[in-house]
Amino acid sequence: MHWEAIHKPSEHGDPMPNMGDYAAERATFTWEEARRALDGLPGGRGLNIAHEAVDRHAAGPRRGHVALRCLDRHGERTEVTYAELAETSNRFANVLDTLGVEAGERVFVLMQRTADLYAAALGSLKHRSVLCPLFAAFGPEPIRQRLELGSGRVLVTTPTLYRHKVAAIRDQLPLLRHILLAGGSTAPETAEDVRTLDLDALLARASSQYEIGRTDPEDMALLHFTSGTTGTPKGAIHVHEAVVSHHATGRIALDLHPDDVFWCTADPGWVTGTSYGIVSPLVHGVTSIIDEGDFDADRWYDVLENEGVTVWYTAPTALRMLMQAGADAAKTHDLSRLRFVASVGEPLNPEVVVWGQETLGLAIHDNWWQTETGGIMVANYACMDIRPGSMGRPLPGIEAAVLIRDDHGDVVVGGDGAAVEAAVGQQGELALRPGWPSMFRGYLDDTERYQSCFAGNWYLSGDLARRDEDGYFWFVGRGNDVIKSAGHLIGPFEVESTLMEHPAVAEVGVIGKPDPLCGEVVKAFVTLRAGYEANEDLRLDLLGFSRKRLGAAVAPREIAFDQHLPHTESGKIMRRVLKARELGLSAGDTSTLAAS
Amino acid sequence: MTNDEARQLIRSVLHQVAPEVDLDDVVAGETLQEALDLDSMDFLNFAVGLHEATGLEIPERDYPRLSTVEGCVTYLTSAG
Repeated sequence: MHWEAIHKPSEHGDPMPNMGDYAAERATFTWEEARRALDGLPGGRGLNIAHEAVDRHAAGPRRGHVALRCLDRHGERTEVTYAELAETSNRFANVLDTLGVEAGERVFVLMQRTADLYAAALGSLKHRSVLCPLFAAFGPEPIRQRLELGSGRVLVTTPTLYRHKVAAIRDQLPLLRHILLAGGSTAPETAEDVRTLDLDALLARASSQYEIGRTDPEDMALLHFTSGTTGTPKGAIHVHEAVVSHHATGRIALDLHPDDVFWCTADPGWVTGTSYGIVSPLVHGVTSIIDEGDFDADRWYDVLENEGVTVWYTAPTALRMLMQAGADAAKTHDLSRLRFVASVGEPLNPEVVVWGQETLGLAIHDNWWQTETGGIMVANYACMDIRPGSMGRPLPGIEAAVLIRDDHGDVVVGGDGAAVEAAVGQQGELALRPGWPSMFRGYLDDTERYQSCFAGNWYLSGDLARRDEDGYFWFVGRGNDVIKSAGHLIGPFEVESTLMEHPAVAEVGVIGKPDPLCGEVVKAFVTLRAGYEANEDLRLDLLGFSRKRLGAAVAPREIAFDQHLPHTESGKIMRRVLKARELGLSAGDTSTLAAS
Repeated sequence: MTNDEARQLIRSVLHQVAPEVDLDDVVAGETLQEALDLDSMDFLNFAVGLHEATGLEIPERDYPRLSTVEGCVTYLTSAG
């Protein structure tokens, strides 16, 4: 089906887009210039994300401007100004000092989306600890694994999350020195328990003054775990210099203006919710909406209307759920303040782009990036026509290409050491020229995996794409077995390993099953050990077993019994064949399968 | 449908969506999603499960009324 391009009026609205002409901006943009738009720490002490996001506004005319407008589950509203956010984050940084935490040590945050989370996140950055946000819907096992891999020194959480998810695993984490419980005093579990502390009491005693120490732009600031095809999750390292990208992309790709009310619906446990839910809007000094509640069509329309959201950054799954809720749900709300809508997480199907145009009266701007890139890389812009279904064109300052892959899925590198680029319209691997500020600097303790992401001086994204004659990029599919559900990456191996722990399971293969709402849902195919019978009780037992350990966000939605899982000659389960079977496709030439 | 029948139905539909949870862990007034660690997709499947078990049309705008056990019971019993 052919979709008509959505044209942007040549006379731009009010306010004018920050970027008026894509080609002109691309020709003149430099990262050095983008860096100069930021202040840097006073006295030439370096560059710190939290200073750019909070302190410089708190020290200037925007000190009384609302930084965060937090809505709790019941719709109760709390506002935090830049001056107040500077103080609460200062207090948190002082608490870390008091506890003897050192710069570079990891502070994990496992919380609902409340103002406490943002103070802890920004306080950790001020303190120059490394912030590692976790998704509150993770089960105990993903939490334990990430704390262990990241050598977590401090965990900030709430009494409820602690009870449900941390209490049972804490003894397996000897490096974890302090657990700080926010929002309600909780006495330590036992008299000998010196590690569980009441955060509110500590904050109340801490000073609201804090001077950020010298911060090298290359100092580690953030650790984001992401899933691979095999093995444990990888901790992608980001540095303070990433703030240059967060600022530039907020200006160019999200078109943030000083009076905007911005709502990023992603949880900070995922990279979008940190880069664009915490850092980017604050660096721009705008008001950011923080909604603690989960998706609900009416509630979301209420938030857009009542909070006067002007720029909205959300995800395809949410947009598809809104679409399903019907046009009437949208019509009863006044969304006239809304000016710019962007989406990320998985490709946005053209139907949704057109739905936005018809229902919201606004085109939806899809963009593409990933945990490793730290910020938006390819995007549709306010000033540029949209081709529905395309992820757009590379950000000014970013060089992107489509590289040819051989039969094994490896990028083809010529004799001169350069990778071979695909022709216009030809499919290949989406790649980026390294060197932008928010690029990851490595995977924690895993140099080999980091190096395998590069070939011929390109960063290889693992996604397959093609480019049209005008330089628009189009997503084709993932180049590996990683599952993308509701915009979140899930490693099949993580799910398989957990199911393998169940006594009934002999073998298991996990795939992403296409789903109209979520893009993909996790489906597990289980081979039972002798003596176990495939029945509904056992299926539910396995489902509950994996949900309890992995949490709803990671665990399979579907489990099927299969005593004949397909294997390679070397005995590996062929997830691609499982997927082909699921889709009712022919499994294809068995010789290529044996090699995959 | 009586209150007891409604509770029994909620229990059995929840068991299909999230077999690991125990309805008895939910304190009165607490939302199911919060108390039982369900995500949006679980909740959607729960609502669809109620529809399939009862034949009741449950439009999305009614979902907030299903957020607590008491809300679900009232919704199911008053629907006949």
